[in-house]
Amino acid sequence: MRGYKYLFLLPGLLVLVSIILFPLLFTIRVSLSGWDVNQPGLNWIGGENYARMLSDNRFWEALARLDVMAIGTVLLQYVLGFALALLVWRDIRCKRFFRVLFLVPMMTTPVIMTVIWRTIFSESLGPVNDVLNRIDLPSVPWITDGAMAFISVMIVEVWQWTPFMFLLLLAGLLSLPREPFLAAAIDGAGPIRTFFRVTFPAMAPISISALIIRFIEASKILDTVYVLTSGGPGTATETSSYYIYIRGLRDFQIGYASALSFTYLVIMIVTLTIVAKLLARVLLVRST
Amino acid sequence: MKANPFLAARYAAILLWSSFVVAPFAWALTTSFKSDSGVTSGATYIPWLQYQPSLRGWKELLHSGGAGIDVGWPFLDSAIVTLGASALSLVLGTFAAYGLSRFTYRAGFIKNSDIIFFFISQRIMPPIVLAIPFFLMLRALRLLDTIPGLILVYIALLMPIVVWVMVDFFNTVPRQIDEMAILDGCTPLQAFVRVILPNTMPGIVVAGMFCIIFGWNDFFFAFTLTFTKTQLLPVAIVALNSSVTPWWTLSASSLLAVAPLVAVAFLVERLLSRGTLAGAFR
Repeated sequence: MRGYKYLFLLPGLLVLVSIILFPLLFTIRVSLSGWDVNQPGLNWIGGENYARMLSDNRFWEALARLDVMAIGTVLLQYVLGFALALLVWRDIRCKRFFRVLFLVPMMTTPVIMTVIWRTIFSESLGPVNDVLNRIDLPSVPWITDGAMAFISVMIVEVWQWTPFMFLLLLAGLLSLPREPFLAAAIDGAGPIRTFFRVTFPAMAPISISALIIRFIEASKILDTVYVLTSGGPGTATETSSYYIYIRGLRDFQIGYASALSFTYLVIMIVTLTIVAKLLARVLLVRST
Repeated sequence: MKANPFLAARYAAILLWSSFVVAPFAWALTTSFKSDSGVTSGATYIPWLQYQPSLRGWKELLHSGGAGIDVGWPFLDSAIVTLGASALSLVLGTFAAYGLSRFTYRAGFIKNSDIIFFFISQRIMPPIVLAIPFFLMLRALRLLDTIPGLILVYIALLMPIVVWVMVDFFNTVPRQIDEMAILDGCTPLQAFVRVILPNTMPGIVVAGMFCIIFGWNDFFFAFTLTFTKTQLLPVAIVALNSSVTPWWTLSASSLLAVAPLVAVAFLVERLLSRGTLAGAFR
């Protein structure tokens, strides 16, 4: 009987450990080497890559840019997703149709939809500028201007991932008990009061999960940037992942890129842990 | 029902967001029927009225000759990798999740909750961090640019999701059911396969659905770990994007690539209405 215990867990665990843990340890080792085009293989150069990283402004700027992008898109997704979930929560015509429709973007392949968004944002031939011109507004340089390109990436991210927030928050709303709402109605509370006194506090735990999951996913933003702007113009939309990709798999500075990715991973884990703790404190305290 | 400005605003907001959701699809659909003049003379929307529709974009998907492209093989490769990796992840993941839900594991300071956290924490790992070691690892195993190589990598991506979803589902099935099955003469393995699995079908559907979504939609690993012999659909379409492919072919192939998973949205809504998903997200 004892043997069964390991029969269940070990196959999966061993596969995952061998696929993940080995590469991770290997990355740390490679980050201490000068592996690049001229030196294809492991050697030992100590902390040189990390010293270079400290003075590499492009890396730290990409990290700061990623933070702004992640916080901006996730908060927008949360507010919009919550609003949408409330809209189709109950007593509305065709609510099942709209629920399906609101879910569709998260099912579509991000890079492929970004290919389409690229044609939409096209400055001379795209529909967005065409519509703007028709109502006598000037064309907008959606991709070629730094600030606008940043906003374009955010629009695509919001389109793609608001449905995920919507899904989790709607699942949460549908599982709420009815009694507190009846009590609020009997007390004569209006919809806004009911929301802040009953709905929002009850949704705090699932809100925390949803925000944390989305922050984790947003910290990896890469696909959209790669297809829509290639990090450009200049480095205006370059995120950490994209910069590491350039250094590692385009310039083939494997050693340096490994140092960058290990640092990035550590910073992400620390930041996300702090964010998770803060969210739990803010949202749960407010709801009690 | 009395006229209510609040309700009117609700419908207006719903319709506004719906048009934002639909816009890229509508644009891609109309673009896929255009030919040169419909694209190069500025944005056009309505066939016959604004441009003469043609089936060129769609026909080029079928014949790979000439200016056309072949999406048939990438489509098949994508399907094999997604379904293969999802199936293997489901088997490995449900076994591990069941073990973690029913038995107590200890190794030094490591407890069940730590092992569960190890599985789930894999979602934090940015693809770029793994891409370089994966590249070197697959090269050493001579699995670069092959379907088995990609399946191996995708298992690492998908199995954590299965464990995350399934541990909770198994926890909701009372232990007495396992014990009864074992008293009836089943081995623990038989009890799991014949009795417990059928009771957690909704969970398996949810987990499988997530596997298929994340597998089918992944781009980065397919992009860095395959080149010519194996090509997945997202990589094939992004390759079109960077060349001089006309918009109608690009649009038609994009729509074809995202269509299979749009069907999944219907499944998700059904699970949502039945309350299955609420259990999965605790």
